[in-house]
Amino acid sequence: MKAMLTGLLEWTDARFPLTKLWNEHLAQYYAPKNFNFWYYFGSLALVMLVIQIGSGIWLTMFYKPSAAEAFASVEYIMREVPMGWFIRYMHTTGGSFFFAVVYLHMFRGMIYGSYKSPRELIWIIGMLIYLCMMVEGFFGYLLPWGQMSYWGAQVIISLFGALPFGLGEPLTLWIRGDYVVADATLNRFFALHVAAVPLALLALVVAHIMALHEVGSNNPDGVEIKKDKDLNGIPRDGIPFHPYYTVKDIWGLAVCLILFAAVLFFAPTFFGYFIEQPNFVPADPLKTPEHIAPVWYFTPYYAILRAIPDKLTGVIAMFASVLIFFFLPWLDRHPIKSIRYRGTLFRLLIGVFVITFIVLGYLGTQAPTAAKSELGFRLGELYFSFFLILWLYSKQRTTGFNYTVLGIVAVLFVFFDVIRFDSENGALMLVSSLLVIGYFVVFVLGSMYTKLNEPKPVPERVT
Amino acid sequence: MKRIIAAIALGLSPLVTFGAGSGVSPMNANTDLTDQKSLQNGAKVFVNFCIGCHSMQFMRYSRLADDIGLERDLVAEHLMFTTDKIGDTMTAAMEADDASGWFGVPPPDLSVIARARGVDWLYTYLTTFYADPDPARPFGVNNVMFRDVGMPHVLWPLQGVQSYVKGERPADVDSEHFERIEPDEKGFELTTVVTTKDGNTTHVTDMLEVTVPGAMTPAEFRKTIRDLVNFLDYAGEPIKLLRFQMGYWVLIFLAVFALLARALYKEYWKDVH
Amino acid sequence: MSTDVDAGRRRFLTTSASVVGGVAAVGMAVPFVAAWQPSERARAIGAPVEVDISKIEPGQMLTQKWRGKPVWIVRRPPEVLEALPGLDDRLRDPASTQKQQPDYARNEYRSIKPEILVLIGICTHLGCSPSYVKRDQAPLGTGWPGGFFCPCHGSRFDYAGRVYSGVPAPTNLEVPPHKYLSDTRILVGADEGSA
Repeated sequence: MKAMLTGLLEWTDARFPLTKLWNEHLAQYYAPKNFNFWYYFGSLALVMLVIQIGSGIWLTMFYKPSAAEAFASVEYIMREVPMGWFIRYMHTTGGSFFFAVVYLHMFRGMIYGSYKSPRELIWIIGMLIYLCMMVEGFFGYLLPWGQMSYWGAQVIISLFGALPFGLGEPLTLWIRGDYVVADATLNRFFALHVAAVPLALLALVVAHIMALHEVGSNNPDGVEIKKDKDLNGIPRDGIPFHPYYTVKDIWGLAVCLILFAAVLFFAPTFFGYFIEQPNFVPADPLKTPEHIAPVWYFTPYYAILRAIPDKLTGVIAMFASVLIFFFLPWLDRHPIKSIRYRGTLFRLLIGVFVITFIVLGYLGTQAPTAAKSELGFRLGELYFSFFLILWLYSKQRTTGFNYTVLGIVAVLFVFFDVIRFDSENGALMLVSSLLVIGYFVVFVLGSMYTKLNEPKPVPERVT
Repeated sequence: MKRIIAAIALGLSPLVTFGAGSGVSPMNANTDLTDQKSLQNGAKVFVNFCIGCHSMQFMRYSRLADDIGLERDLVAEHLMFTTDKIGDTMTAAMEADDASGWFGVPPPDLSVIARARGVDWLYTYLTTFYADPDPARPFGVNNVMFRDVGMPHVLWPLQGVQSYVKGERPADVDSEHFERIEPDEKGFELTTVVTTKDGNTTHVTDMLEVTVPGAMTPAEFRKTIRDLVNFLDYAGEPIKLLRFQMGYWVLIFLAVFALLARALYKEYWKDVH
Repeated sequence: MSTDVDAGRRRFLTTSASVVGGVAAVGMAVPFVAAWQPSERARAIGAPVEVDISKIEPGQMLTQKWRGKPVWIVRRPPEVLEALPGLDDRLRDPASTQKQQPDYARNEYRSIKPEILVLIGICTHLGCSPSYVKRDQAPLGTGWPGGFFCPCHGSRFDYAGRVYSGVPAPTNLEVPPHKYLSDTRILVGADEGSA
C-alpha cells in the first residue's frame, strides 16, 4: 500500500510540482518562531473565505434573485429547506466574522509595521482584498431584499450622484439599471456577488500569499529573520510552517469556531448588528425606514461621510478614509517596524486611532444629533491626523518643521470650522475643538518637548 | 495591548434601538417558547382574530401542528378556516386588492413580524388600543405604541374598550409624548412627558381604563396577548428552540476538539525554544 | 529544536485530533447534504391527492397529476378483465414478479378492485407518456386487445399495464401507492399504514 502511494506521488511529481509546492509553502517555508496572538488572523481569514464560498454556493441553489421572490426565497430557506436555516446563518455570521478577523489582521500589520519595505505589495494586495470584501458585502446585503437592504443600497448608490460635471446622475442610473433600486439592480448585484467578486477575491488571496512567501513573514519584533541564517541556509529564528504553525493554527481555528458556533446557534442576528431588524420587513420603495444604517463593518466610514455637511466633500472624505490605507507604507517611513521598540507616544497614537475608529463606528449606527455629528466631525479630523502624525514621526524633524506642520493644520482646521460655523453649534464646536487641540499638543509638542517619542533599541534576534 | 482591548470592549457595549421610534419603552412581554400551551392558545387567537386580514404566508399548518404539539387532524378541524389542505400556508381570508381599497394599505404579512418589531413592542401594541373620538381616526381608535395606526381594534371583544383618561396637566402645553406604560388592574398607567410653551418638561400620569368591559379582565387579556405574541415569536423563526438545543451539543463537541488541538499544538511546540 | 521527541504521544494526539476533526468535517457536511432533500414546499406539493372516480364511464380514463407525474385511472369493462389471463404468454412479466407495484396490486388485475386500474403513465423505457389505445383502435388497429402504446419507441402494455415481450420497455408500468377512501374516492400517493 505504502509503495503504491509513493509510486503515485512520484508519478504526480513528474507532471505537477506537488511536492515542490508542499515544501516551498509549508514544510520548508520558514516562518519566525515568535508569532503571537495577532498572527492567528491570516489563516482564520482564509477559513472565513472558504466558509463564505461554501455556504454562499449552497444558498444560491435555493435563493431566487428577483424583486418579487427574493424575500420569500430567504424565508423558504429558513423554514422549508432541510437545515437551510443553518446554511443561511453560516453565511451571515461568516460575513461579519470575515470582517472582524480581517480588521484584526490589518491591525497586526499596523502595530508590527508589516506594511514596510519589502512588504509594501503584500499590504497593497491586502488592501485590494479589503476593498473587494466591502464591495462584496455591499452587493450581498441587497440580496435578502428587506427594508434595510433596499434603502441602504439606495443611499450608497445615490452617493455616486454627488459626482460633479453632470456625471453623477447618469452614473447612478447606470449602476441601478433603473430609476430607483429595482429588480434590475438586484439581478446584477447577484451576479457580481456570486461570481465576479469571489473570483477576484480568490485571485487576490493567492497573490497575497505568493507575495508574502516571496519575502517571508514579519514578526512581533520587526526583526528580519533572513538576515541570520545557519550553515544550511535556514534562518536561525525560523521554524517550518508545517507542522508548527499548521498545528498552532488548528488550535486557533478551534477557538474561533467556538465563538462562531456561539453566535450562529445562540445569537445569529447579534442583537441587530449582523442582521438588522428592519430587514425582516420586505423592501418597500414607498416607505423609508426611520433609521438607515449600514452594516457594522461600514459604519466608521459612514460616520465620516455623515459628519461633513457638504455631500460631495463628504463622499470624497469617505473614500479618502478608506484609500488612505493604501499609502501607509509611504507615509510611515520610520525604520523601526514594531510598536515594541518605538516610543510611548507611538503606542498612544495607535491606541487613540483604535478608539477613534471604534467610536466612529458606533456613531455610524446612531441617528444623528448635533452633538453626535460634531463628535463625528472631530473624530474624522483625528482619523486623518493619525496618518499625518505617522508621517511626521517617520524621522527626526526640526522644531521649525514641526511648527510649520502645526501651523498648516491649524489654518486648515480653522478654515473647516469657519465654513461650517452655525450660531447654534458655535459653543459645541468650541468645546469639541479641545479634542483636536489636545491631540496635536500631545503628539506634536509631546514629541518635541518630552522623551516620550524616543525609540528603544531593536534586538538582533527575535525575542 | 491591554489599553487596546479595553477600548474594543468599550466600543462593543452600545445599545442600538431600531424601530422604537415613538420614544416609548415597551413593556416586557415575558414570552416563553417552551410553553406549548401558550403557543397553542396563541395560534387559536391568531386564526380567530387575525387571519381574516393578515396572512402568514411562510407558515404551513402542517408545520404549526408538528411544532406546537397538536395533532394534524385537530389543526385541520379547528384551526384551518381559509383552506382544507394541511400542507397549505396560512393565507388571509381577505384579498389584497380589497384590503388596499378598505384600509389604504394591505395589512402586512405577519410571518416575521416578531423579528422585525420584537415581542415587547408587539405585546405593548396589542394591549394599548384606546377609543379616540377624533374624526380623523377611521376606526375610532388610536394606539400608544403606534400613533394614528390604521388598524381597527380587532380584539375588543376580549379586551373591551379602553378610554384614555388624561391626568392633570400644566397650562400652555406645547407638545407631549408617552414615555412609560405599566399594567394596572383597570387597564394601564401611562407616564407622559409634557413640554410647555416656555420649554419646561414635566411628567404626568395618564390612564387607559376599560370603560366597556370585554369577555376578559385586564389581567386575563394581558395573558392572552402574551400567548399570541409568544405564537408570533415562534412563527417568526420556528427553528429557534431547536437551534439552541443543537448549539449546546455543538459547543461541547468543539470544546473537546479545542482541548485536543491545544494538546497537539503544545506537544509539537516543545521542539521550539 | 529539542531532541527528545515523544513520538508515541505525538502520534496519539495527531490521530485523536484527526479523528475528532474528521467527525467535525462530517458534521459540517451533513447540513449541506440534507439541504438537497425535498423541501417542505416540495413535500406539501407532492402530498397525496384525492380523486373522485364516480364519474368515470366503463372504458374511460381519467388523468390526475401527482408529484408532477401523470396518474391514470381507468374503469375497465368486464370483457377486458376476462381477456387478461389469455395474454400471459405474450408478456415479459405476466405475474408481476418485478417490484413495479405495491403488494396489494400484485395480482392478475394489478389493482385493489378489479375494475379500477391505477397506473403511473410513464413508459418504463425512457420516460415518455404512452397513449391509451382501446381494442382494435388506431394506430395499432385490428387484433390489438387494448391497452397502452408508447409512440416514442413503440413499447406496448396491456390493460393491466403489463409490458409485452419484444418491446424496448423492460418492466410493467408502475402502480403508485393508493387506497380507497370510499367506493367513489381514491387517495393517490398514500396507502394503508401511512398518513
